[in-house]
Amino acid sequence: MNVFVCVKQIPDPNAPGKLDPQTKRLVREGVDLVLDPGDEHAVEAGLQLVEKDGGEVVIISMGPPRALEAIRRALAMGANRGILVSDPELENSDALSTARALAAAIKGQPFDLIICGTESTDGSSGAMPAQLAELLGLPLLSFAKKLEVSDGKATIDRQTDEGYDVVESPLPAVVTVTGGINEARYPALRGIMQAKNKDVKQLSLAEIKLEGQAGKAALTQEVVAVAPAEARKAGEVIEDKGEGAKRVADFLKELKVI
Amino acid sequence: MAGVWVYAETADGGPKPITLELLTKARALGEPTAIALGPGASKAAPALGEYGAKKVYAHQDPAFIELLASPAVDLLARLIEKEQPDLVLFGMTYEGRDVAARLSARLGTALIANATDVTKKDGGWAVVSPVFGGSLLVTTVPRAKPPTLVLIRPKAVTAGPAAGAGAPQVETLSDPVDSSKPAARVLRREKEKASGPRLEDAKVIVSGGRGLGAPENFKMLDELAAELDAAVGASRAVVDAGWKPYAFQIGQTGKTVKPSVYIALGISGAMQHTVGMKGARTIIAINKDPEAPIFKMADLGVVGDVHKIVPQLIQEVRSRKGK
Ligand SMILES: Cc1cc2nc3c(=O)[nH]c(=O)nc-3n(C[C@H](O)[C@H](O)[C@H](O)COP(=O)(O)OP(=O)(O)OC[C@H]3O[C@@H](n4cnc5c(N)ncnc54)[C@H](O)[C@@H]3O)c2cc1C
Ligand SMILES: Nc1ncnc2c1ncn2[C@@H]1O[C@H](COP(=O)(O)O)[C@@H](O)[C@H]1O
Repeated sequence: MNVFVCVKQIPDPNAPGKLDPQTKRLVREGVDLVLDPGDEHAVEAGLQLVEKDGGEVVIISMGPPRALEAIRRALAMGANRGILVSDPELENSDALSTARALAAAIKGQPFDLIICGTESTDGSSGAMPAQLAELLGLPLLSFAKKLEVSDGKATIDRQTDEGYDVVESPLPAVVTVTGGINEARYPALRGIMQAKNKDVKQLSLAEIKLEGQAGKAALTQEVVAVAPAEARKAGEVIEDKGEGAKRVADFLKELKVI
Repeated sequence: MAGVWVYAETADGGPKPITLELLTKARALGEPTAIALGPGASKAAPALGEYGAKKVYAHQDPAFIELLASPAVDLLARLIEKEQPDLVLFGMTYEGRDVAARLSARLGTALIANATDVTKKDGGWAVVSPVFGGSLLVTTVPRAKPPTLVLIRPKAVTAGPAAGAGAPQVETLSDPVDSSKPAARVLRREKEKASGPRLEDAKVIVSGGRGLGAPENFKMLDELAAELDAAVGASRAVVDAGWKPYAFQIGQTGKTVKPSVYIALGISGAMQHTVGMKGARTIIAINKDPEAPIFKMADLGVVGDVHKIVPQLIQEVRSRKGK
């Protein structure tokens, strides 16, 4: 069982995000960068499969050199090795460019499953995994809140509006996991020490043979404006001194709800 | 006129609400064509016409609902190559997302996600999407060959029938579906949803946060909701704690709702929550913390304890209804 897990490094989601008004890109300076918490569930799902069936978990990320830290965190959780696709030309890539770079880096390597988060916490387009599946000609099992692999098949419970669908596909396949699929483990000290010696390969656009086809050369879209959204105004705020419920009920009557 | 296509999701032979929202937007931008796939697709055509579709491509093969995304992508890619639309609108739904994303990779076109609005700009398109929990709006323009693919968030557009809409021209397709490729196949569907109106459709929503303290306290929300013919929603804190299934979650990574009245109980009002409910016409909040951000957007805020106020409120509502 060989599993690739795609992870992204993002600005700490608990710190309020900022956009640079000039470049219209996320401000990364002075912000802590972390492994996307959504992707920790993807790493965990990969680790659980390999712990059961053997094999290895390979962490792959596209990003600037310091995205290495996010890969190290996943290695500290227990993954076996890492690949960082990094090239100045890839700065400001859109989802499709990211998918092209990751597909090129993964192609030709043996794997049974590629696991991603359903959507990145910062960009939240949720597009990259389906694009990756398309570029590699693989089925996509999306929105998994449960994942099982046996007899050359992957089966998931796929989140729906009403509940879930049980969906199956042959391997190899791409899976996206939701936060509900597992409890991601916290790296132990031993894991953190071991991660320092694990193999992480850094690959440039030339090395994945994608020069001129990804990153700046292949942008499909451009952000042209950023503006604050209109905020709602506060109304009346009262303190409950025993009359609160009555006041709400009166208001509901006014609104013709009752 | 610009050719604007709508990926028309249907259920039980009728368009889903998101489809009508997309058509309403599409007809403001150009001449709408709807693509409806799966059993019941043809039956949905008159309703699609009512909301502005001039033309409907319908393909009834059950493979479109049995296999995820791939057959729809194959068909759309073929149709797009032949007809060359300028813009294709999808709902930011489980289905829409997978289909649009795969299609963008197949065609090498722009895919702009999370949109709340699309306008015409310089002979092309400008797409607005909220970021950072809806506090900022970014405008994105495509830089790739057409068509531009846009994923529009549910409830971003208010659906309305088209004035003077005639019956659409319906083209029934029968291209064979290629089922030889490895694909993701739906084995069975499980429904978890309880009684009462759906969150997406409810006029009134009673929503609970971590301030409720324990999962069993949602019982009083169910009771209140039953009195108000309301749906019950929840914050992510509650869903993450396992008190409620994900289907209840409202917000950035949950559902977007637009009820007439939203009642937030023990919810702090974090940006990622409010982005999913600030489209409500009226917001009522009960929270014991006077500084809770939810009070900055509530039409009526009550600073107090939900455990005390909610049971009283149920009684007050009952007495006003003459029970
Ligand atoms: C990328 C990302 C995506 C997210 N997506 C979502 C999303 O889709 N939906 C979502 O909801 N959140 C989302 N969140 C989480 C969000 O930031 C908040 O953490 C969450 O909404 C908080 O939920 P809460 O208000 O129930 O809990 P808390 O923030 O813990 O608030 C509980 C509130 O209850 C009040 N309270 C406590 N006891 C009582 C009482 N007895 N009576 C009255 N009031 C009481 C407290 O004063 C407090 O204001 C997301 C976060 C991130 C980073
Ligand atoms: N730069 C990246 N490197 C590796 N994986 C990524 C990258 N961007 C996105 N992904 C993966 O794709 C998922 C969805 O991201 P997105 O399409 O950006 O919302 C993430 O949860 C990751 O698993």
